[in-house]
Amino acid sequence: MLTEKTIEKLRILAESAKYDVSCSSSGTVRKGKQGMVGNTVGGVGICHSFADDGRCISLLKVMLTNYCMYDCAYCINRRSNDIPRATLSVSELEEIVMEFYRRNYIEGLFLSSGVVRTPDYTMERLTAIVRDLRTIHRFNGYIHLKSIPGASRELLNEAGRWADRMSVNIEIPREESLKLLAPEKDHQSVFQPMRLIQQGVLENKEDRRRMHHAPRFVPAGQSTQMIVGATAESDRDILGMSSALYRQPTMRRVYYSGYVSVNTYDPRLPVLKQPPLVRENRLYQADWLMRFYHFRVDEIVDEQHANLDLEVDPKLAWALRHPEAFPVDINTAEYESILRVPGIGVKSAMLIVNSRRFNRITSYHLKKMGVVMKKAKYFITCHELTDGYANPIVGINELHPERLRPLLVSASQRKKAAAELQMTLDFDEPPTDNL
Amino acid sequence: MLAYTFDNTLDGLLTAVFDAFALHQAPDALIAEGDILPMFCTDVHRVRTAEDKARRVWAGLEKRLSREALRMITVAWLSEDRELPTPLLHYICKVFRQPEGAPGIERNFSDPDVLSVTNTARRVMHEKHRMMQFVRFQKTKDGTYLGVVSPDHNVLPLVVHHFRDRFGDQPWLLYDARRRYGFYYDRQEVVRITFEDEDALPFDLQTGRLSSDVISQDDQLFQDLWRTYFKAICIRQRMNPRKQLNDMPRRYWKYMTEMQ
Repeated sequence: MLTEKTIEKLRILAESAKYDVSCSSSGTVRKGKQGMVGNTVGGVGICHSFADDGRCISLLKVMLTNYCMYDCAYCINRRSNDIPRATLSVSELEEIVMEFYRRNYIEGLFLSSGVVRTPDYTMERLTAIVRDLRTIHRFNGYIHLKSIPGASRELLNEAGRWADRMSVNIEIPREESLKLLAPEKDHQSVFQPMRLIQQGVLENKEDRRRMHHAPRFVPAGQSTQMIVGATAESDRDILGMSSALYRQPTMRRVYYSGYVSVNTYDPRLPVLKQPPLVRENRLYQADWLMRFYHFRVDEIVDEQHANLDLEVDPKLAWALRHPEAFPVDINTAEYESILRVPGIGVKSAMLIVNSRRFNRITSYHLKKMGVVMKKAKYFITCHELTDGYANPIVGINELHPERLRPLLVSASQRKKAAAELQMTLDFDEPPTDNL
Repeated sequence: MLAYTFDNTLDGLLTAVFDAFALHQAPDALIAEGDILPMFCTDVHRVRTAEDKARRVWAGLEKRLSREALRMITVAWLSEDRELPTPLLHYICKVFRQPEGAPGIERNFSDPDVLSVTNTARRVMHEKHRMMQFVRFQKTKDGTYLGVVSPDHNVLPLVVHHFRDRFGDQPWLLYDARRRYGFYYDRQEVVRITFEDEDALPFDLQTGRLSSDVISQDDQLFQDLWRTYFKAICIRQRMNPRKQLNDMPRRYWKYMTEMQ
């Protein structure tokens, strides 16, 4: 039976879990089953609420315990931190999940835990909860399970039978920075479980080819997250890592978490007044370009441009660097080139290639379809002489990128970017100096 | 200018299509009876809904349109949008006027009527998704889960399937407080219901809250747990009320446990 005490525990453990940004409940479609509660819908997933910070609440994101034997500098739950600690009992957690789910508060459970005693001990308890939920409570909804680095292969294999998605966080893209902030960890401890999960999924695919009814293993694949702004990594390091991860067949999502100064006293970490939200946003945009817009990572960031432009989004930044790729003829160009036009998204690109078989597309149609003409008009032609009654269309090549750029950056964008740059200049003591 | 008026049903609209072809006319507007006629309206034809005509038109559409396009029409119709009938009528007429073998007009989004109907359908699907997100159930003493909503569009019929699949082992009632009807699931099948006596409702239409004599004992505890969780999960350094409002517009808040 739950009491007032449970409320306090849930508060503490949610506060401890919230810096893990993964939230999606997508990646697998599973219909409801007789005698069980729940289904998973796939597609875009269902966000059940949005917190005051604008982030979606899809899964019940909670830790089993926030006691931890590690002392990672970037983590709120490091053992040297003086924060309230709590542990939910197995039955408490299971009851909360089921009752929340039945009231349509949540899409499922995202369970992680601090490491207590040994990785195997912790992983075993997590696995037990997930197994209970599936077999005793007949829960058929979404389960995202954090895999504990260092847990044995047998435990991972057991957990993967019950979970929809599993994840191990890289946190810091370069190993030397990771070792600086978390001396007890290395990249091996992250990539090892990732490889095990992947192996499990691939073997399971083989099995299912032979026996159709073999239980599925981590059907929604893996995800991971990297912290942005806690260490000196450039966006090129971060996106290079993401791109390598996306080449793995089971990696579905890489999350970027703008560093929130939780442990301000640690000299190894920068003191940020605000998490680097603009940079985080640009990284997500770049991530989208790689996943949905057919961009390669070296087109987004390269040696000369190792960091993303904070003032303009990465697609526009690419376009400004590559005037030779424009103008794009809306009526004849391939889908891929249309996708590259700033102001045209996946949705409008699809509408364009579908509609142009019937008649010529004009700027009037584009506007109606939801294209952001304010941006797009410099990069396209649709065989019209003017965009208004008197102004001839002047494209990127006539204007030159350096004169076009100020037209496309709003004052507020410039201010935001400047504010964020300013902060890193003021407070960022390069943490890699003492390497 | 020629306007048709109709009884604001889908059958009525399909009959209007039938009449337009039977009378060799091209109506400029289709208006629900009782609504204001457009300016400079010289000619008005009143459509008398006839089920057999409607059925013939629908059968014709089934032959000419893909399944998705047909669904789009029914979904758009659920929008209850006053602006929809005219473009929808024009769209359907264009479908019938198309020469055989021509590529389907349903994908020509440069056509203003096709685009308008598509966008309306998209808005309805968006709100359908919002129902899947934002419905909040409360549990009654007898174990029925009640969720009250008041969506802009008439989307309940679209989400019933989802809730039936998801909560197949619990009885529930989804009630549309704006349109005064709901769907009740008794663990066997879903039935459409209305309440005869609205004064005797077991819940408050304004807030959607169950009255205290029927709400189950521990429901308050779980509501408190959920509110606590909702507050705890927010990162204060990242406050962004604008994004919150964007993704969760205020009109949905009144029935949502965590916002009450």
